Amino acid sequence: MIEVENLTKEYGEFRAVDNISFSVEKGEILGFLGPNGAGKTTVMRILTCFFPPTKGRAIVAGFNCFEDSLNVRKRIGYLPERVPLYEDMKVSDYLRFVAAIKGTPAKEVKRQVEKVMDDCSLSDVSNKLIKAVSRGYRQRVGIAQALVNDPEVLILDEPTVGLDPKQIKEIRKLIKDLAGRHTVILSTHILPEVSILCGRVIIINKGKLVAVDRPENLAAEGSRRMFLRINGNAPAIEQALSRMAGVKSVERELTAGEDNGFVVVFDDEKQGRQGIHSMIENNRWELLEMRTMEASLEDIFIKLVTKEEA
Amino acid sequence: MNYRNIFLILGRELKSYFGSLTVYVVIIMFLLMTGYFFYNLLATFSIVSFQAQTDPMLAKQYQMLNINETVIRPLFGSIGIILLLMVPLLTMRLFAEEKKTGTIELLLTFPINDVDVVLGKYLACLVVLLTMILLTATYPILLIALGEPEVVPIATGYLGLVLLGAAAISLGIFTSSLTENQIVSASMTFGILFFFWLISYSVPLVSAGLGQFLSYLSINDHIESMSKGVVDTEDIIYYLCFIALFLFLTLRSLETKRWR
Repeated sequence: MIEVENLTKEYGEFRAVDNISFSVEKGEILGFLGPNGAGKTTVMRILTCFFPPTKGRAIVAGFNCFEDSLNVRKRIGYLPERVPLYEDMKVSDYLRFVAAIKGTPAKEVKRQVEKVMDDCSLSDVSNKLIKAVSRGYRQRVGIAQALVNDPEVLILDEPTVGLDPKQIKEIRKLIKDLAGRHTVILSTHILPEVSILCGRVIIINKGKLVAVDRPENLAAEGSRRMFLRINGNAPAIEQALSRMAGVKSVERELTAGEDNGFVVVFDDEKQGRQGIHSMIENNRWELLEMRTMEASLEDIFIKLVTKEEA
Repeated sequence: MNYRNIFLILGRELKSYFGSLTVYVVIIMFLLMTGYFFYNLLATFSIVSFQAQTDPMLAKQYQMLNINETVIRPLFGSIGIILLLMVPLLTMRLFAEEKKTGTIELLLTFPINDVDVVLGKYLACLVVLLTMILLTATYPILLIALGEPEVVPIATGYLGLVLLGAAAISLGIFTSSLTENQIVSASMTFGILFFFWLISYSVPLVSAGLGQFLSYLSINDHIESMSKGVVDTEDIIYYLCFIALFLFLTLRSLETKRWR
């Protein structure tokens, strides 16, 4: 549905996006992850035909974003990061305007608008001026205008920013329900959001592609870590652990004033686990706690991003 | 070009114009200023006419005393100049505001051509201008009710005012597309209009050929003959070219936005 090849965008000397390629299948929700200023918005603006790339090409729904921009624009719904709406219009008037300008036949406009207002729970504010509604409603009006006219591709730039937890939940459910029928690209710097919503994640940093994978695969990458709490002579334990086969590294972790916590990273998890048991028995230490540490996307994100910088 | 899209943009812009206080203030100020000129011109005319009845010398001097020449023509001249003052205030928001608030990002990613956007906005501002000009019709209507002015010069004079205003709007929409600051747009529009307005001042200073060219460029020289009742195609072509040029530049300016 979306093909991006060697995309590069320069603003004068500054290279905002550097040779990025990826593709998105129909019906997929793709997460776009990166720190602020990583180039997420720039990629989205190219995909929505707001401006063309310096190099490379982007194809959306079979049309080139630069050469066939009108055909692309007919098939996308876009929520820009700042949610720029016409403040002096009423919610329903605004949505009617957007529906019509997106080419909805006049007879269909009313039905379309009612549908998106229903989907985004906007009926309560339909007669209010956009400048008078709360942040959460505003964000939902932004999403509603992207959804109106049922576009094949949705491009949402930080759709849940500035919402309260309940609203975030609602919006996430709304986006989740779109998968299958619509192809969605959403950008965020909230990592749990990606694990909840997205089938696949792209991590970019400083304009470069750092990783593309499923969120659970990315999470699995760093999971061969274990936390141990052992009663005994801490330096001796640390030494014994680090000498063991299958263990890559050991770190002391000081928790709540106790110095008997260790984080073990394995090369070979099976071999390492066995070694630990016999080691504790042989030394007559006391095992207080043992658990696998699930690496969060935060860890992976920081790891990938810092690896890139090193 | 897609008429439906032009109409949609036009409708939204009009709602935005008449939904805000600005337009009403501009229209009221415009009417106050033009009304002031009208009152003074008419009062002077009536005093002079009254005195001429008793003073044969004065009557001879003012043989040409005629309401079209002494009230209507100068009135159209003043309305034209006041229009040049007010138009920048109407046009400045057209693109600058959308850029400031970021709505331009959605507008330019909707499936519509830039031409439709520019024409929709242009026509919306033109509707406001026509409203303003139409409201000044009270002055000639009063004159027709009270006296016997010639109607043709009034009609052609209005044609001239509409063309002048339409030209000024095209310049205004262009400067608005260059910046996200409305004040910058208004200043540029007024500055350039001022130049086109007073360009004929430098005619005596330059060679005859250049002088003729400069006076052809002058934006309000072209309504002179129209307020006398003479419609010259040359004048109409001037305004149409002016409008076409600046609308074209506006389109180009939007296009380069996409490139940056």
